[in-house]
Amino acid sequence: MLTLKCPCCGVMTDETELHAEGEAHLKRFGPGSSDEDFTGYLFQRENPKGIHFERWRHAYGCGKYFHAARCTVTLEVFGTYPAQTLEPPQEIKDAISAKRPGWSWREMSN
Amino acid sequence: MSHRLPQGGRLIDRRKPRTFRFNNRAMRGMKGDTLASALLASDQMLVGRSFKYHRPRGIVASGAEEPNALVNLGTGDRFEPNQRATTTELFDGLVAKSQNHFPSLDFDIGVVNDALSKFLSAGFYYKMFIHPRPFWKHVYEPFIRQSAGLGKAPDAEARDVDTYEHMYAHVDVLVVGGGVAGLQEARAAGEAGKEVLLIEQTAHWGGRAPVDGGSVGGGPVDKWVDETVAALAEMPNVRMRLRMMGAGVYDHSYALGYERVSDHQPGNDAPRHRLWRIRATEIVTATGAIERPLSFAGNDIPGVMLASAVRDYVVNYGVTPGRRVAIATNNDDAYRTALALADAGVGVPVIVDARSEGGPLAEAARDRGIRVEFGMGVGRLLGGKRVTGVGICRMDSDGSALHEIACDAVAMSGGWSPVVHLWSHCGGKLNWNETRAHFAPDPARAPTGADGQAFVRAAGAASGALTLPEILDGAEDWEEAPLSPVWQMPAQAEKALQGKSWLDFQNDVKVSDVRLAAREGYESVEHTKRYTTLGMATDQGKLSNINGLAVLADALHKDIPAVGTTTFRPPYTPISMGAIAGEARGALFQPIRRTPMHDWHDAHGADWEPVGAWRRPYAFVQNGEDVHDAVMREVTNTRQNLGLLDASTLGKLIVKGPDAGRFLDMMYTNMMSTLKPGRCRYGLMCSENGFLIDDGVVARIDDETFLCHTTTGGADRIHGHMEDWLQCEWWDWKVWVVNATEQFAQVGVVGPNARKVLEKLGGMEVSADALPFMAWADGEIGGFRARVYRISFSGELSYEIAVDAGQGQAFWDALMEAGEEFGVMPYGTEALHIMRAEKGFIMIGDETDGTVIPQDLGLNWAISKKKEDYLGKRAQERDHMTDPDRWQLVGLETLDGSVLPDGAYAVEAGWNDNDQRRVQGRVTSTYHSPTLGRGIAMGLVRHGPDRMGEVLDFPVPGGTTVRAKIVDPVFYDREGEKQNV
Repeated sequence: MLTLKCPCCGVMTDETELHAEGEAHLKRFGPGSSDEDFTGYLFQRENPKGIHFERWRHAYGCGKYFHAARCTVTLEVFGTYPAQTLEPPQEIKDAISAKRPGWSWREMSN
Repeated sequence: MSHRLPQGGRLIDRRKPRTFRFNNRAMRGMKGDTLASALLASDQMLVGRSFKYHRPRGIVASGAEEPNALVNLGTGDRFEPNQRATTTELFDGLVAKSQNHFPSLDFDIGVVNDALSKFLSAGFYYKMFIHPRPFWKHVYEPFIRQSAGLGKAPDAEARDVDTYEHMYAHVDVLVVGGGVAGLQEARAAGEAGKEVLLIEQTAHWGGRAPVDGGSVGGGPVDKWVDETVAALAEMPNVRMRLRMMGAGVYDHSYALGYERVSDHQPGNDAPRHRLWRIRATEIVTATGAIERPLSFAGNDIPGVMLASAVRDYVVNYGVTPGRRVAIATNNDDAYRTALALADAGVGVPVIVDARSEGGPLAEAARDRGIRVEFGMGVGRLLGGKRVTGVGICRMDSDGSALHEIACDAVAMSGGWSPVVHLWSHCGGKLNWNETRAHFAPDPARAPTGADGQAFVRAAGAASGALTLPEILDGAEDWEEAPLSPVWQMPAQAEKALQGKSWLDFQNDVKVSDVRLAAREGYESVEHTKRYTTLGMATDQGKLSNINGLAVLADALHKDIPAVGTTTFRPPYTPISMGAIAGEARGALFQPIRRTPMHDWHDAHGADWEPVGAWRRPYAFVQNGEDVHDAVMREVTNTRQNLGLLDASTLGKLIVKGPDAGRFLDMMYTNMMSTLKPGRCRYGLMCSENGFLIDDGVVARIDDETFLCHTTTGGADRIHGHMEDWLQCEWWDWKVWVVNATEQFAQVGVVGPNARKVLEKLGGMEVSADALPFMAWADGEIGGFRARVYRISFSGELSYEIAVDAGQGQAFWDALMEAGEEFGVMPYGTEALHIMRAEKGFIMIGDETDGTVIPQDLGLNWAISKKKEDYLGKRAQERDHMTDPDRWQLVGLETLDGSVLPDGAYAVEAGWNDNDQRRVQGRVTSTYHSPTLGRGIAMGLVRHGPDRMGEVLDFPVPGGTTVRAKIVDPVFYDREGEKQNV
């Protein structure tokens, strides 16, 4: 059972307090978008063995959504950060680079 | 015969006898006994029959690893199968019965399987029972179910009368295992000022050390144990729990503890079990080691035990399994058993040692006059229901030349395997130790936590440190000579002997089965496990796994580490369902949400229906009628007079802010930003995938404030949905959402007399001019602060009135009293459903199922054509969503007036690829309408709206077909004259 730090409350939370909300940093495509872009937005998801960026909600706490960067193999957590951003903050990327040099995720890489 | 020795037994109190019953026979034990030691003291070595061959089986071990001595324990509401006699502490009045025998333990008819064992080898189910096909269901399966299996299922009517609870602990260090290593670890952590939880699965501290002996700092190890326990008890930062097992280790250093609080004193006030949910910074597994059996022919005959278990029974309980106990070993440790037996005055006719020489322990045994045979093995054991002798042979022979020695018990030792289960649960890796022939934790590959650092550490025997001096500073014990790995005894045992050499006692898997699996191509240890069922019983192969995979490795000509182990999964030993459930049973299973008028409903005949976590009255049943009658009466009365509906459960989300209108334009398919304050609009919500997820009436309170009604079950979900988009996509929009569902009690005042009762109560103007259809207003009614919505889900003149939740009951009472002269009656959810279906209104969850878009339901009028965007709009433009062949909403009228079954399919000519009838539609809602006096239904039908008047066939259970005509879904008051008055 994972523990993640809620960046809003600042507390370490058990997974039972949280709700997993899928992949982070999706770019929305609406009316007028191509079938390919829309399909990618709605259905195509990363399924990495390693570094991943996810959405979580502190559902039984403050109710805020946040993002977590973690390793899907070892479950190591590199950090959590508020959801109001288009990409991970530099310190999160640095934290990953320090432990997993050469990492990549979507178009991001070290 | 097994019996109680005249003296000895460090754990028993001979002055305190305990009586119990085994297979209806009264027996006596002593305080401190386990059920197993008490059975042995009463010469009850035979305790069960084996799973497959129904062979007689006796007690093998003295702890959690016991494979055979499983009993049906207790009676009635406290009955529980598959309880290990070795971990069951004896108490007065204990009742136990042996398992898996018919008609009796001593004479079991199923033993015929043993004679047929040649035909019941690994995989026999797959090979034997394939043909003829119908035989599986009618002949083979019933037979197998009757003859296989262990414990009896509890009576279907029995209810667990004990209580259980969950506990939570957050500690710096969790130490699992209260042997010398665990005690030492706890003391070190405690002295360092850390919060420590030390748990031990048995009722005693010290583990094996007090039995195995040795000294620390010149004093006996028991003294060290007592002193350390006393020191720990003085530390306020150290908690110690006996009878608590480390059940599992999970991600991010989470662990489960299973505390058997009162199994040993049933019926007291304490809960029976506790499940501890522990989060520890560090977990130390000091879980000890388990002795391995030796694989020789007849090693399952009652009277054969692990050497360490024999020692335990002699030293701890003053019980010996026999008068003449032969010993078979490949290591020095078993000699401790010989010495313990000799000390207790029990005869040891021979020690058969597979090695060519032993160490000082062997010398000591010889000095005591015990016959030691090096380079020898057990070729075959003599006896049926009890050991009568041992046939010994040269270790490197095929076992044909035997020399027989009489004995009535055999103590065997094949070496020790560290208990690596908890280490492995969360990914800890193992190394093969060639010298000691066991897998031990590799500290370099420990389970890692959220910070990427190791969070589990193995200590003591669980780490592979098997001797006392390796574990405790200043400890001294016998010097031990190395063991010699023995996976089959004798080394070249002929085939017939392999077929009687058991690996897994509980699941009846033999050396020959594993070799057969290897010959048949099962190279992976995981596949062999499943094919042979090795290690798949309730003991999860605690005794058998290493021996089994060593035999597999040999058969595959591979190294043991190349074959590897199967996966260790929690729990370590089975834990009770009660402990898992904890307090969550009966009324406490799930919190129930109640409206302010809940108790009134309950007192007035409410037939409750769960809706989400809420309870809503399905109908209010009066004397002399059944539920169906009540529903019919409620519909008719509401349509003719006046009905009250408790609508408090409807979701009420307040959406406020300068961008609230813009936001709701994205949330709903309709245009909400153009709604005027004081007006209401019915809205549809779709997921980004285009599918309808919720509906409800939106009221605009003021320029910046909307109140969105959701479905009863949807309030929390839709609130989360709104938050998601506000927090994660449009976080720069100025909107705030509050879930105010429980702040209001809401009452639907419905029917031709609705306005009359409100006017009688007096207060705000509710006339058609002042408050027209789809308007709302704040005011006072009968002295209650109220918000009144002129909306209708029934097709009648209807007001939904929200008052402060605390006033809900008083307001309801006022309506009931004032409504008496107008024929007021409360109505429930079923009447609500029927009335909305009569009007052709859709219901989320009936007409929708996650694959339905608003366009399927004739709701195009509620989809804005002007908006550039809303959630789901892009998805609804996809080919599949605009396909004219999508099933569309229609009404369905049975030709004979009957009620169509819910979910019934309309068939068409032909068959699909799965040999099923082709279908062209299905029923989504179906009721008997008292208003129309006939069955009415709604359904989705291909090209439905273009096929009015066509008759469809609906096959129904029982082989008949109901015919129904496609009609308009609005059955009642098509022009809406009744609601708009």
